[in-house]
Amino acid sequence: MISRRTLLAATTAAALSAGAGLAQDDPVKVGFIYVGPIGDFGWSYEHDQGRLAIEEHFGDQVETTYLESVPEGPDAERAIRQLAQAGHDLIFTTSFGYMNPTLKVAEQFPDVKFEHATGFKRLDNVSTYSGRFYEGRTVLGHIAGHMTETNTIGYIASFPIPEVVRGINSAYLAAKEVNPDVEFKIVWVNTWFDPGKEADAANALIEQGADVIMQHTDSPAAMTIAEEKGIYAFGQASDMMEFGPNARLSSIIDNWAPYYIDRTQAVIDGTWESKDTWDGIGPGMTEIGEFSDKIPAEVQASAQEIADKIAAGEMHSFTGPVNKQDGSAWLAEGETADDGTLLGMNFYVEGISGELPQ
Amino acid sequence: MANNISPVLLFASIIAAAQPLVFAAVGEMITEKSGVLNLGVEGMMIIGAIAGFATAVTTGSPLLGVLAAAIAGAALALVFGFLTQVLLANQVATGLALTMFGLGLAALIGQPFSGVKPPPFPKLDLAVISDLPVVGPLLFNHNLMVYFGLVLVALIWAFLTFTRTGLTLRAVGEDHDAAHALGYNVILIRLTAIAVGGAMAGMGGAYLSLVRVPQWTEGMTAGSGWIALAIVVFGTWRTWRVMLGAYLFGGVTILQLNMQIADITPLWLVVLALFLAAVSVTVRSFRSSAPASPWMIGLWFTTLLAGSIAIRHPVSIPTEYLNMAPYIATILVLVAMSADKLRANINAPASLGRVFHRTG
Repeated sequence: MISRRTLLAATTAAALSAGAGLAQDDPVKVGFIYVGPIGDFGWSYEHDQGRLAIEEHFGDQVETTYLESVPEGPDAERAIRQLAQAGHDLIFTTSFGYMNPTLKVAEQFPDVKFEHATGFKRLDNVSTYSGRFYEGRTVLGHIAGHMTETNTIGYIASFPIPEVVRGINSAYLAAKEVNPDVEFKIVWVNTWFDPGKEADAANALIEQGADVIMQHTDSPAAMTIAEEKGIYAFGQASDMMEFGPNARLSSIIDNWAPYYIDRTQAVIDGTWESKDTWDGIGPGMTEIGEFSDKIPAEVQASAQEIADKIAAGEMHSFTGPVNKQDGSAWLAEGETADDGTLLGMNFYVEGISGELPQ
Repeated sequence: MANNISPVLLFASIIAAAQPLVFAAVGEMITEKSGVLNLGVEGMMIIGAIAGFATAVTTGSPLLGVLAAAIAGAALALVFGFLTQVLLANQVATGLALTMFGLGLAALIGQPFSGVKPPPFPKLDLAVISDLPVVGPLLFNHNLMVYFGLVLVALIWAFLTFTRTGLTLRAVGEDHDAAHALGYNVILIRLTAIAVGGAMAGMGGAYLSLVRVPQWTEGMTAGSGWIALAIVVFGTWRTWRVMLGAYLFGGVTILQLNMQIADITPLWLVVLALFLAAVSVTVRSFRSSAPASPWMIGLWFTTLLAGSIAIRHPVSIPTEYLNMAPYIATILVLVAMSADKLRANINAPASLGRVFHRTG
């Protein structure tokens, strides 16, 4: 009879030998933790596209695993540890809320490489990476400012973290630039993925006058509602064209594939080291989806010009003069925001009404 | 600033948003009335969501979709019924497993249906009446499923209250041994109740994927099955209260979303709730002609205090507190349930979750 203890010892030994015995000809095991289902057609979907790109690129050289719909919190730690114990060499944890769990597990598994998306804490075996989505939101905000007729843009926000606040601010500044009367109505849904609630939020925004909706949540629910109600919206994380053929004006698409391939290659070559990557439109991590023909030609041209200038480094989403919401000065004329401030952004810029939840 | 929430539109959207919860919670209530605790509501809802969506898309008929959702929900519920009633598996564990099974199966079936547009669901359109101000959008401009749900709730209430079969069902839930001794087929009755509960959860799911969001995305029920379970407790196993609970749980979400957008502080809502409570206590004390109780005075005092704070300082209470409120109420009911004396008062079926074995 096998006692539970011997069984445990045997599996642990197997796991350890799998981890230690990594030779060049063994496939590299790459694990992924997703916050939503891979079928969300937004955030997790695009990360999974990156995973599939790895498989296609490396073939038999790699073996990938993923865990989807892993809640941010204690459960995440368990899931990450599970992947580490199962002998994964490289683990991508793809949501902000996985930051501390990732670090905790990484300390216990110094030989495993971790990559945390959208976080800011690193270790020798933990890298961070993210897209400069706010650059994309500058382009979308520009389009939204032109397209709104009620001068009310609805914004469905997930959690009050710098990533989301930055997106709101950059979109607002760009919209305000082309339409001084524009007003942002922001609703916090406190979830990344809940299609029902996202749809309710979209409906509430429309009832209160919004005719263009931007979102920072993961499902295409708002796009579907926009299509139904005959207003405009933007694809978020993925293109979302099929959910709103008439409503969709453009989109920001997260393209993780090149980065994922690059980092897997580094593990195979043994050159992987901890670093921070924050790429925008230029390197292609943040892509602007095709413009809808509902957008007038001259607006398409000016939006494209903004995207090109940002990509070339000739323009920055946050360029002064910009004040904070309370009226205090933030950026002087011509001054651009540094990455440190952007990464910790916890304030609205001047002109946005409502209180930022802390 | 257009800081205005239209109360009419608000209530109309609350009714629309709470409908999946009405279906699922009232369905689960029937199951629990028969003495069975099925925690798999989330799983049955999502199966209903995809079955309804897939059928509506393939046949072009949303009504057939709803029918398919009911059948799929009932079928999944009967898997639970077979395991717990025939094989006597643990109800809690089986219910949890049912949720996971349902989520996985729905994701599998749903693969080809992402990004597909479902056929539009017919709305009640009574031309003139639907266009009436206030009552039009509030009462006569909803989706057919909303009215169907209301009729269903009324029928279920009548069934449980006035019919002999309804009484038998409740008897089985209160004391299965006694019901068995009287010659009732406990297992058959429970299986039926489980299937009806599953069918309703399935229709709730179909409402979500065909009306509320109209799209299919994996995991789109996002926990509403669990909320439905809480609502049954909150509604103390009484049909109308369960329905009211569904509107309250669904309504709080809609309300807080709207209040955020309109930039209104929820403190006013607290003042309003306190005021209504104070008025109701006062009216009651007038009726029973009892002397003014310290309760009543305390309530009026708190109302005045909160009101004056709200006027002087626009303190905003985070809307999260608003979201918590129904759950706190549910916890209070559960606490009351744990005291046996109160258990009877709050109407919980006495055999709820207990295994019945014919020889037992």
